[in-house]
Amino acid sequence: MTSAISVSGLVKTFGPTRALDDLFLDVQTGEVHGFLGPNGAGKSTTIRILLGLLRADSGTARLLGGDPWKDTAALHRRLAYVPGDVNLWPNLTGGEVIDLLGRLRGGLNKPRREELLERFELDPRKKGRTYSKGNRQKVALVAALSSDVELLILDEPTSGLDPLMEAVFQDCINDERERGRTVLLSSHILAEVEALCDRVSIIRNGHIVETGTLSELRHLTRTSISAELAGPPNGLTSMAGVHDLVAEGNRVRFEVDSDKLDPVLKQLVSSGVRTLTSQPPTLEELFLRHYEDAK
Amino acid sequence: MIGTRHLVRLALRRDRILLPVWVLFLVGVTYSTTTALEELYGTTESRALLGVTANANSAFLAMLGPLHDWSSLGGLVVWRWGVFSGLFIAIMAMLVVTRHTRAEEEAGRTELISATVVGRHAPLAAAVIVAGGTSLLIGVLQALVLMGKDLDASGAFAFGLSTASVGLVFTGVSAFTAQLSENSRVSNAIAGGFLGVTYLLRAAGDAAGESGPQWLTWFSPIGWTEHVRSFADNRFWVLLLPLAAFVLSVGVSAYIVTRRDVGLGLLAARLGPPHGTIGSLFGLAWRLQKGSLIGWSIALFAVGVIYGSVAQAVGQMVQDNPTLGQIVSKIGGAEAMVDAFFATVTQLLGLITSIYLVQAVLRLRSEETSFRAEPLLATPVSRWGWVASHAVFALAGGAVVLAASGLGLGLVYGLQTDDLGTVGPQMLGAALAQLPAAWVIAGVALLLFGLFPQLTGVSWAVVSVSLVITLLGPALQLDQWMLDVSPFTHVPKYPDITFGPLAWLTVVAVVLLAAGFAGFRRRDLTT
Repeated sequence: MTSAISVSGLVKTFGPTRALDDLFLDVQTGEVHGFLGPNGAGKSTTIRILLGLLRADSGTARLLGGDPWKDTAALHRRLAYVPGDVNLWPNLTGGEVIDLLGRLRGGLNKPRREELLERFELDPRKKGRTYSKGNRQKVALVAALSSDVELLILDEPTSGLDPLMEAVFQDCINDERERGRTVLLSSHILAEVEALCDRVSIIRNGHIVETGTLSELRHLTRTSISAELAGPPNGLTSMAGVHDLVAEGNRVRFEVDSDKLDPVLKQLVSSGVRTLTSQPPTLEELFLRHYEDAK
Repeated sequence: MIGTRHLVRLALRRDRILLPVWVLFLVGVTYSTTTALEELYGTTESRALLGVTANANSAFLAMLGPLHDWSSLGGLVVWRWGVFSGLFIAIMAMLVVTRHTRAEEEAGRTELISATVVGRHAPLAAAVIVAGGTSLLIGVLQALVLMGKDLDASGAFAFGLSTASVGLVFTGVSAFTAQLSENSRVSNAIAGGFLGVTYLLRAAGDAAGESGPQWLTWFSPIGWTEHVRSFADNRFWVLLLPLAAFVLSVGVSAYIVTRRDVGLGLLAARLGPPHGTIGSLFGLAWRLQKGSLIGWSIALFAVGVIYGSVAQAVGQMVQDNPTLGQIVSKIGGAEAMVDAFFATVTQLLGLITSIYLVQAVLRLRSEETSFRAEPLLATPVSRWGWVASHAVFALAGGAVVLAASGLGLGLVYGLQTDDLGTVGPQMLGAALAQLPAAWVIAGVALLLFGLFPQLTGVSWAVVSVSLVITLLGPALQLDQWMLDVSPFTHVPKYPDITFGPLAWLTVVAVVLLAAGFAGFRRRDLTT
C-alpha cells in the first residue's frame, strides 16, 4: 500500500491562533479515510493546505506523490474537491457549474453526471441563488463524483443533506471505493464515518489524537457493564481498567476498558452473576471522551 | 416596526465610511461650484450674457435644464449643479436602500435578523430612514453652504430640499424595486434604469426651450426640482409631489413586504439551461463581467454623446457674443476654448473609467471572500490564470469603455462640424490617452489584492483621491507635488498628446500589476 496523502509535523498559524499544531496524517491509496473532529479543530485548514490554497508554516505535506503548494495544477488534475461551504454564482445554473468544474478538471463522465443528478434528485436548471444549502452541496457533489479522478477530498459534504440523501451519498461513496478511488472524508457525523470509513483519524486542536481502523479504535473504548450479583462485589474497586463504579448492595454499574474486559468479568463471575447487561463500545464515546478532555 | 432603532444603528455602523464620504463629496462640490461660479461670473454683465446663452442653447438645456434666475449667484448654482446634485443623491439613496434590504435578504442575513424580536417592516423602515435621512442631511448642509456664501435663506433651502427630494423619491423607488427581484443587482439595475429615464424625460422636455414638450418635465422627479425655481420663485409647494411619490412608493413596498416570503421576490426566478457551455476561467469571467462591461460602455458612450453635443455650443457661445469673443481671442480663440473643453472632458472620462477598472479588479476579492474562488482553484488551473481572467476585463475592458466614450464624443462633434473623418479618430485617441493612468489605478487595486487582501477597499480611496485632486486640485490651488499624486495629472492634455508620459505610466502600471500577481501566487486564500 502506498500513501495517497502523507502529512507530517504540519504547523499553520493565523496570527495568534495556532490552527494546526504538529499534525500527522496518513491516507492509504484506495481507502476511505474518515477525518473526524469538532468545529474549529483544523479539518478545513488541513484540507486547504492539501489543496495548495493555504501555505503551511512548517512540516511536510505530500499529496499523490507531489507537493501540494508547488505542483498545484498537476495534482488538481487527479483530484476532486467538495468544500464545506458551497457558494454558487447566483446567475449560473447548477448544470452550468457542474459542467464548468468538470471541464476545468479536464472533462467529466457524462453518463455518470446524469445518473448522479437522478440519484440526488437535483434539478440542474435552477439558478445558483435559488438553491438551498443542501442543493448547493449536491451541485458540488455531482461535479466531484462525476469526474474520473484518483482522489476525492470531501469537507463535511453532507452537512446540508437530509437523511434520504445521506443514504444516497453513502451508496455513492461505496461505489467510489469499489472503483478503487481514495477518499478523504472530513466529518463530524459519527454514524457516517462508522458506515463508510476503513480508517479514521481524530483531530483535536490542530493535532491528531487517534488514528487507526475502526476495530483498532474500538479497543481504545470502554464497555458499559451493569450486573446484579449473588453477593457483595469484591475487589472491583482496585482493579485496573474499571471506571465510574457505582455499587448499590448487590448491584453494580461501571465502565471497563475494552482490553481489560477478561480479568474484570472473571472477577464478577467469582461473586456469582444473576443478570448482566453490557453495552458495546461506540466510536461516539471515544469521540466524546477526547472532546471532553479538551475542555 | 419593533427593532427599527437597532437596525438603523446597525446600518449606520456598517456605512460609517460610505455615508460620510457621500455627504462630504456632495456638500464639497456644492461649495466648490459656488466658489467657482462666484469668480467666473462676478459681474452682472457676465451673468446676463450667460443667462442668454444658457437658455438659447439646446445642448446646455438638455444637460443642465433652464437657467431661471441669472441675476443671482444662487440661480447660477441651481442651474449648474441642481440636476446633477439630485442625480447623485438619488444614486446614493438607491445604493443604500438596496444594500440594506435586498442585498441583506439575498445573503440570508435578513433571515437571521427576522428571527429575533424585529418587526416585519423593520429592515425596510431602517433602510428608508437611513437613505432618506442622509438625503435630507445633504440637502440641509447644501443650503447652509449657500447661506454661508451670503445667499438668500429661502432660496438656499428651496435648492437644498429640492435636490434632497430626488433622494427621497429614489429611496422609495429602490424600496419598491427591492421587493421585485431576488437579486440585488437586478433591483439596482431597475432603479438605475428608472433614474436614467427620469433624467432623459427632463432632458427631452427642456431641450427645445419653451417651444418644446416642457410638460414632460412634470413627469420626472428631477424635473420637479427645476419647477421649484429656487432663488427665482421658490415654489415650495412643488415639493409636495416628491413627498407624495415617496410616501406612496414606501407604502406600496411596505404592503408587498406583508404579502411576500422573506428571500423571495415578486418576479419569479426563471429556470436556466441544464447544461453549461462555459469551459474556461476566461469564459466564467466573461459571464460574470460582461453585464458590467456592456453597461459601462453604453453609459460612457452616452456621456460622450452628451459632452460631444455641448462642445459645439462652447464654440457657438463665443461666436454669438462679441464681448466674450474678444476675451476668448486673447487666449487663443474659440478653437482653444473647445480644445480646453475636450481636455477637461477626456480627463473626466478617464477618471470615471477608473471606477470601472477598480470594480472589475475587485471582483477577484469578492469571488475569494464568498468562497467561490476555492472550488475553482482546486481544479487544475493556475492562480495566475484565475487572476488574469478577471484582470483582462480591467485592462482590455477599460480600453473598450474609454473607446466607447471617445466614439460618442467624436461621433456627435464630428457630425456637428461635418468633419467626422478628422474629429472621430482625434477624440478616440484623446480618450484612449487616459488609459495608462486608469491602468495605474487598476494596478494599485491589484497590488492591494495580491499583497494586502484585507485592504482592497483602499482602492476606492485611491480613486476618490485621484478624482478630487484632478477635478478640484487646480481650483483649490494645491501644490504641484499633491497634484502629481494623481496619475491623471501626468496624462498629456488634448490636443498636445505625447507618448513619453503614456509610456512611463504604462510601465508603472505593469510593475504594480506584476507585484499584485506575484503577491497573490504566494499568499493564502483568506476571507
